Amino acid sequence: MSTAATGTPAGTTALSKGPATEPPGAPGGGRNPVLARLTDVGFWADWAALVGLVALVVVFAILDPGFLSTGNITGMLSASAALVILAVAQTFVVATAGIDLSIASVTTLGIVVLGQLYVADQPLWVCFVGAVLASLLAGLVNGLLVAKAKITDFVVTLGMLSAASGLALVLSDGQPVTVTEGFFFDISLDGPVEMVSWIVVIAAVVAVLAHVVLYHTRFGTHVLATGGSPEAATATGISTARIKIAVYAIAGLLAGIAAIIIVARLGSTPPAANTSYLLNSVAAVVLGGVSLFGGRASILGPVFGALLLTVLLNGLTTLGVSQYYQPLSVGVVVVAAAFLMRFQK
Amino acid sequence: MTSLEKNTAAGGTAVAATPILEARNVSLSFGSVRALRDVDVTVAPGEITALVGDNGAGKSTLVRCFSGVHKPQSGEILLDGEPVSFCTPEAARGAGIETVHQNLALVEDLTVWQNLFLNRELTRFGMLDRKRMRTEAQKMVSELAVNVPEVTSRVRRLSGGQRQAVSICRAAGFSSRLVIMDEPTAALGVQETARVEQLILKLRDEGHAVLLISHNFDQVMRLSQQVWVMRAGRCVAGRRTEATTGQEIVGLITGAIPG
Repeated sequence: MSTAATGTPAGTTALSKGPATEPPGAPGGGRNPVLARLTDVGFWADWAALVGLVALVVVFAILDPGFLSTGNITGMLSASAALVILAVAQTFVVATAGIDLSIASVTTLGIVVLGQLYVADQPLWVCFVGAVLASLLAGLVNGLLVAKAKITDFVVTLGMLSAASGLALVLSDGQPVTVTEGFFFDISLDGPVEMVSWIVVIAAVVAVLAHVVLYHTRFGTHVLATGGSPEAATATGISTARIKIAVYAIAGLLAGIAAIIIVARLGSTPPAANTSYLLNSVAAVVLGGVSLFGGRASILGPVFGALLLTVLLNGLTTLGVSQYYQPLSVGVVVVAAAFLMRFQK
Repeated sequence: MTSLEKNTAAGGTAVAATPILEARNVSLSFGSVRALRDVDVTVAPGEITALVGDNGAGKSTLVRCFSGVHKPQSGEILLDGEPVSFCTPEAARGAGIETVHQNLALVEDLTVWQNLFLNRELTRFGMLDRKRMRTEAQKMVSELAVNVPEVTSRVRRLSGGQRQAVSICRAAGFSSRLVIMDEPTAALGVQETARVEQLILKLRDEGHAVLLISHNFDQVMRLSQQVWVMRAGRCVAGRRTEATTGQEIVGLITGAIPG
């Protein structure tokens, strides 16, 4: 988690090509690349999520032959879709050295708005737009309070966590709505190819777009600059306030999309916030090697982080481990990952 | 006495063409603190002009007026003989005045080329043109710096001198005409200082005017053609470097020589 320089000698530039600002395999001289990488703890730290994911898959596949069945893989991918999107959302905020604690509540707000519009017999597209707009608006409020009112991100989003969950309970009167719309079954069960449902496609598209935005647009560079050094960003004329508003708004927008996916999977609109989405989105970001101090981010890392957490929970379930052990295991994995990040370049 | 000095100074710079930058009677107060009082300073094109003075003499405040951070309360600033008024650092940059800040204003986790093009990114169809920026950054750096850092390496991995070089390259690029440097070698070792000094000379040889704030009198004598001395918010003296000595400058700064 700490980005403090670990005193590595200069000249090992090839090893610095982690997922942070350059795509892996980018040009840049390497000395004895394979061996140097494998013996370097920094490399493992950079790729902790992917390495952990592969290791878990291997272990669970050995322990339970059914783990790699078509059905289970389909299920895991679908189960990971919402978390992947929320992890991407959290990544943008964390890249500016902020944090969005309200992300799960804002998702729930979107879910409830969708449910209420559905009950009111609105066409499906109105339900979707309403859900996304409600979440986007909540994110925008977060951003304005952080950037303009200059209240600490922690306090603002903690307030929004409570406010959005409260609003969700008020709007829904605490009652879930059952959504029996064929469309939802279609996108969560069918897909373009075997094992990949449409909601997984949506999550993949979100991740690809996010990667493009972060690495191939001026905005993305300014996000990293805002997180890495607000003084330098300001000195070169970047409006850090506008960047901050934008990243919280993006987080809200993506929470709205996640809301639609969750409703599609559950077939109902639970009015109570699922706090595990908050913890797991932050966990995925940490597992993905994104610095909580801002300035260093990747999209691929948190996506692998989200997949890892989904595989972990699914694997424990298929092995018959009690549900009660799941939060415990997530906690251990996240802290272990954070410890490994100390060796990150 | 002050006016006498000013005349001498004016006579000194008269050999050059119209000053690229000129402050006339610039005054600025922060509350009851009079940071600048009727300051007259000129920067000639193609020269390194040094600005010296004790801490709190008003050097940085004056420089911030030039770079658009502060706005003088009275007096005027002329660029090529035309009065200008910069409301923001952006406006000053647009007019060709670049500042190398003391903290260098670099983002450590971004690469050298990303820092060089920060907020001036080249795009193609709305997407970053990373390849072209890398190529151009390589050109910018290799044309100027002696100790060329790899443009794809992150700033975090660079030495103090290399960081300074990156910051100076950024200021020198983008067709800037005047580069203001606030103590560019304050934090550097002997060798790195020498390299940065070479870089400053190269900048001048390429036609940039340089305004150099420095506490190092040897450096001022080595590099500059013109020296302005500030004391307690006033510009107390201006000298051609060849016509003065380090001792005289020290005397002017401390007030031992009234100026």
